[in-house]
Amino acid sequence: MFSPTIIIEAMINGLLTGAIYALVALGLTLVYGVLHIINFAHGATLAAAMFAVWGLNAAFGIDTYWTIPIVTPAFFVLGYVVQRFVIGPAAHGDDGNILLITLGISILIENALLAGFGSDTRSIPSDFSFAIVEAGPFLLSSARLVGAAGSLVVAILFWLLMSRTDTGKAIRAVAREKLGANLVGINVGHIYAITFGLGCAALAVAASLLMPTFYVNPRIGGAFVNIAFTVVVLGGMGSIPGAMAGGLIIGMVESLSGLLLGESLGQIGIFIIFILVLLLRPTGLFGAKA
Amino acid sequence: MKFIDTTLNRRTALKGGAAALATMAAPAIVRGAEPSPIKVGILQPVTGALAQDGEYGRMGAELAIEDINKAGGIKSLGGAKIEMVFGDARSTPEAGTQEVERMQEAGVSAIIGGFASPICLAGSQAAARYDLPYIVDVGVTDQIIQRGLKNTFRFAPGFSLCTGAAIQNLVKINEASGKAAKTVALVHEDGLFGSGLAKLMAAELPKYGFEILELIAVPTPSRDLSNVVLRLRSLNPDLVIPSTYYGETVLLARTMQQQRVRPKGVYSVLNGAASNRRFVKEFPEAAENVMDCNHWHDPRNEKAVALQKRVEAAGKIYNYNVPLNYSCVGLLADAIERAASGDRKKIIEALGTSTFAGHLMPYGATKFENGQNMGAAPVSTQVQGGDIKVVFPETFANAKPKFPANG
Repeated sequence: MFSPTIIIEAMINGLLTGAIYALVALGLTLVYGVLHIINFAHGATLAAAMFAVWGLNAAFGIDTYWTIPIVTPAFFVLGYVVQRFVIGPAAHGDDGNILLITLGISILIENALLAGFGSDTRSIPSDFSFAIVEAGPFLLSSARLVGAAGSLVVAILFWLLMSRTDTGKAIRAVAREKLGANLVGINVGHIYAITFGLGCAALAVAASLLMPTFYVNPRIGGAFVNIAFTVVVLGGMGSIPGAMAGGLIIGMVESLSGLLLGESLGQIGIFIIFILVLLLRPTGLFGAKA
Repeated sequence: MKFIDTTLNRRTALKGGAAALATMAAPAIVRGAEPSPIKVGILQPVTGALAQDGEYGRMGAELAIEDINKAGGIKSLGGAKIEMVFGDARSTPEAGTQEVERMQEAGVSAIIGGFASPICLAGSQAAARYDLPYIVDVGVTDQIIQRGLKNTFRFAPGFSLCTGAAIQNLVKINEASGKAAKTVALVHEDGLFGSGLAKLMAAELPKYGFEILELIAVPTPSRDLSNVVLRLRSLNPDLVIPSTYYGETVLLARTMQQQRVRPKGVYSVLNGAASNRRFVKEFPEAAENVMDCNHWHDPRNEKAVALQKRVEAAGKIYNYNVPLNYSCVGLLADAIERAASGDRKKIIEALGTSTFAGHLMPYGATKFENGQNMGAAPVSTQVQGGDIKVVFPETFANAKPKFPANG
């Protein structure tokens, strides 16, 4: 029915989209792995980061990629502060509370964005958005290639941070055994906040990489976060390589099933995977240790 | 008030003071009293998924009320001002109904707005219980006027009027080009609106010699439309007809431009983007030559052009919701003027016999049949040179259709 060229191009498209899913899932999986909470504010934070990128571009004409050194630290600090001074103290040690607090924060962020920017759908027009790389018979979007590469770089940096630095060791220790970590002198509250900040920083990078090809409105986070949940479950809760592999697999599945079954029915593919993973390998592809 | 008035009347009459009687019968202004304002409910979804459209609608209604009050209010009521009672329908029919109840309690004489079909359906139904006139601004579903509700009036064209006109306009534009387009691919959102429209087009267009290559459904929101564009590239249709919401249409047009898919025409119906100035402003290249059959103001109407300039001078975007709601308020003010009363039943009567022509739309004089303005019609627009031009029908056109668009 379809020529091999189209199928291969659809697969490449799927991988490019999947890389962004992975990046969005990275923050989610990290926060889950360490804090053992599902951050319901993840989508709203992504929308906020996209608005930040859009705002910097609209107000100061800063190119989307150059906003990365601005929004990433800003969102790290924001995440740190929110976890340290809002979520942490308000939770009183109960995970059920955290769930409700992050839900509350997401409502707050979405409505703040609505009040501040209105519900208009906005995008950043730039010539680069339309640039393509011709690879044989394929026309690949330059912006999406950059997006995939960027997301890969972030994943590697995260992995290095987790495996090679003291902070990473502390994060892993807290994830494994909170009380023990506390006993050996790790400041658990601080590590929680760092982890949450890292999750937000990953979203900020994702926002900068997404904006050249996508659009933003206050409710846009939901479009990516539902997928990110599936990616996290597939890859294994808390696993960075898992998020990366999960993102790429989901992207590819979505793309191919979209091509073969139609875009709306194609979404089924993602959720079939979701259910199968939960049934057959509840720990996910890379989540055995958890 | 009424009670005191009548008793006074009777007493003075009993006294036989003819002069006093004349004074009492004279309009309020003669007696030096400030005429009480007429409350009008403006119902728009300004939060939630439809907030973008709701804001445009509110802007149009506010500007109209401002203008009517500046021009002296309702003259037959001694210059009574119109007072807006705003209700946020929060993008759901439930919230719309709640707001209608609140407006009823606030004592409005009529309600205008709703925007989305479900909100219009629920809102007008709730208003009907109180014989409260309800003017639908956009809501296109045909059900709105098929329920026999005496209080409900739709000034703009509904779904059947729109699709009928869209197909006729397309056929004529294509004939004028020497039948440049033969094959069609339909890209539609997978909800009620998009799939209904796509099925209708797929059933009707073959009667006029078009060949339907494929119906492609897309979800809302879509994260990526590269694969849809891939399929379009392999199908190579002469004409692409999208019926999707704003975000997806923008994504589709951008991806088509990027992937160098250039059909002879992109013709959308009641589309969220192709007659939206934000799209044209942000992606002039992707938007160029895209056609739409939709609500639009009459570009030959000086008042409409002046309103557009006024909105744009304030740094805001001018979309069809603005002149449409502006016109709906005018329509109501005209009815109140003729009814010379804020009484709901009298306003409903006056709306039913309306021949209002002082609006900004390409409709001609208003004439309601079972609540539908039979003069209403959509127009076909095309993005040309970074501007939205009306290209069909010729009576309202301010540009010629550029079709086929790409060679």
